[in-house]
Amino acid sequence: MSTEAPEGTDTGLGSAERVHRRDGSAVLRVSEAGAFHLAGDPDNPDDDERMILNMGPSHPSTHGVLRLMLEMEGETVLRTKPVIGYLHTGMEKTGENLSYLQGPTNVTRMDYAAPLFSELAFSLATEKLLGIEVPPRATWIRMLMCELNRVASHLLFQATNGMDLGAVSMMIYGWREREEVLRFFEKVTGLRMNHNYIRPGGVAADLPDGWQDDVRRLLDLIPPRLDEYDTLLTGQPIFRERLQGVGVMTPAEALALSATGPILRSTGYAWDLRRDEPYLAYDQVDFDVLVGTYGDSFDRFAIRLNETRESLRIVEQILDQMPSGDYRTQDKKVTPPPRVRIDDSMEALIHHFKIFTEGFHVPEGEVYVAVESPRGELGCYLVSDGGPNPYRMHIRGPSFVNLQTLPHLMEGGLIADAVAVISSVDPIMGEVDR
Amino acid sequence: MTTIVPETSSFDQRVLHPLPDQLLATVGDLHDEGFLTAVDVTAVDYLTHPGRTDLPADVCPERFEVVVSLHAHQRHERVRLRVQVPADDPVVPSLFDLYPGTEAMEREVFDLFGISFDGHPDMTRILLPEEWEGHPLRKDVDTGRIPVQFREAPVQR
Repeated sequence: MSTEAPEGTDTGLGSAERVHRRDGSAVLRVSEAGAFHLAGDPDNPDDDERMILNMGPSHPSTHGVLRLMLEMEGETVLRTKPVIGYLHTGMEKTGENLSYLQGPTNVTRMDYAAPLFSELAFSLATEKLLGIEVPPRATWIRMLMCELNRVASHLLFQATNGMDLGAVSMMIYGWREREEVLRFFEKVTGLRMNHNYIRPGGVAADLPDGWQDDVRRLLDLIPPRLDEYDTLLTGQPIFRERLQGVGVMTPAEALALSATGPILRSTGYAWDLRRDEPYLAYDQVDFDVLVGTYGDSFDRFAIRLNETRESLRIVEQILDQMPSGDYRTQDKKVTPPPRVRIDDSMEALIHHFKIFTEGFHVPEGEVYVAVESPRGELGCYLVSDGGPNPYRMHIRGPSFVNLQTLPHLMEGGLIADAVAVISSVDPIMGEVDR
Repeated sequence: MTTIVPETSSFDQRVLHPLPDQLLATVGDLHDEGFLTAVDVTAVDYLTHPGRTDLPADVCPERFEVVVSLHAHQRHERVRLRVQVPADDPVVPSLFDLYPGTEAMEREVFDLFGISFDGHPDMTRILLPEEWEGHPLRKDVDTGRIPVQFREAPVQR
């Protein structure tokens, strides 16, 4: 692990170099019915080497309902096809029928391990279409909550990754520390998950009194525990053996396969939207972008472990720099009037009613906004026709796109390593299927 | 840039408007310029909002629009391509050869919009069941109106 590659690092990518890493035959391309026929003739003795193996959708290591079709020769994986869609509930369609104010309730259910990032991308896109600025305090609250969410999400990764590889005690530790973060979220947003906290125009509520003490407690509690994980996992020969050199990828391949987040960084390519396309106030805090060297599963594990520390470093700076002021914009178009005005003003009551029934109208246009979620680039493409509901709401889920790297990472590997590779990609199936 | 296509900008982002048959040439040029990653491929069905105003004058609006976002990491640049796709012939060339990362995204667009990508190695449904009828993100498909389609459970005996 090296920290911080300088800008413009030579990654051996010529601008005109076209990468054809994956021809059509590298990915298993058969329908479910076709796989049945491909599986071979049990009566033919020459036909027993190659087989189609089905893994999932209900397998402890598939993090939900991911199903893999693996073409095996002995124990070697030749081709892989992820079969997804088991959690598809048409959330993009649902989003077209909800107003912009209801939108975050919908998108927050996509990546349930890092819900605040989907809300953030949706809110930033809406605000861009509206052309409104949010007050500095709202921006910093968003940043605080998102970084803590990144900590929670990476802790969850450590837990599940550990369990997938047989370090079962890690499962308990990871969930335990994540719960501490979620307890803070519950205090601030009222919910442990699916917060609907970041909304177009700001955040739902100001931070509760004494939030500094809670955050400081987290800052005191988590870093020593991270050191413990480091001792428990990083130095563990069995753990290293199972991860090092497994699922290797080069930067050129990662870019060609549209991989983002820790997967791209593990290959040594220093790219983090927080640093390279700063949104919120990330240009005012100091942090390092962590990159790996080999692009293997171990680098992806180590990057997430150390990114947790970087996030806590950002949280510490936010604690010192949190500005005072309003937690949502005072633009009357998107923010309801104060509660006290409703009692003595008919107009205020109508205004309040209109905002929550019909919703506010957003000028016509289309916009794409991307944020760095724990899993990579989370983009929101919004099209407005001038009405109170988005005409089209598309979320570019990093898990969905990163999942495509699985066939590439697994090619030629062993079936036992498949579990390590799935785990290191860290897909959240709610976001994959949407 | 050898292919000239209409260009606009939306919130400081470059937007190009190639025709479907110009798409591969335009994208090839952009790839040579350093746009090595296809960040996103999606589509919009403009059935109920035909009179959109953000298109350049020489682009004829069609029902579908395939939206491709490309990213040049080293140049810190993004570009978005909006391709007009007619409803009676919803086919665009696939970007899979240049950008293998578009594989799942193009399948998703095919699945939910019924726009097929010519040259894609596996143009099948990705999110919905294989035998699903219709393309739910089209605007003429309503929510809550269609009976939910599920595979019939096999008769036990």
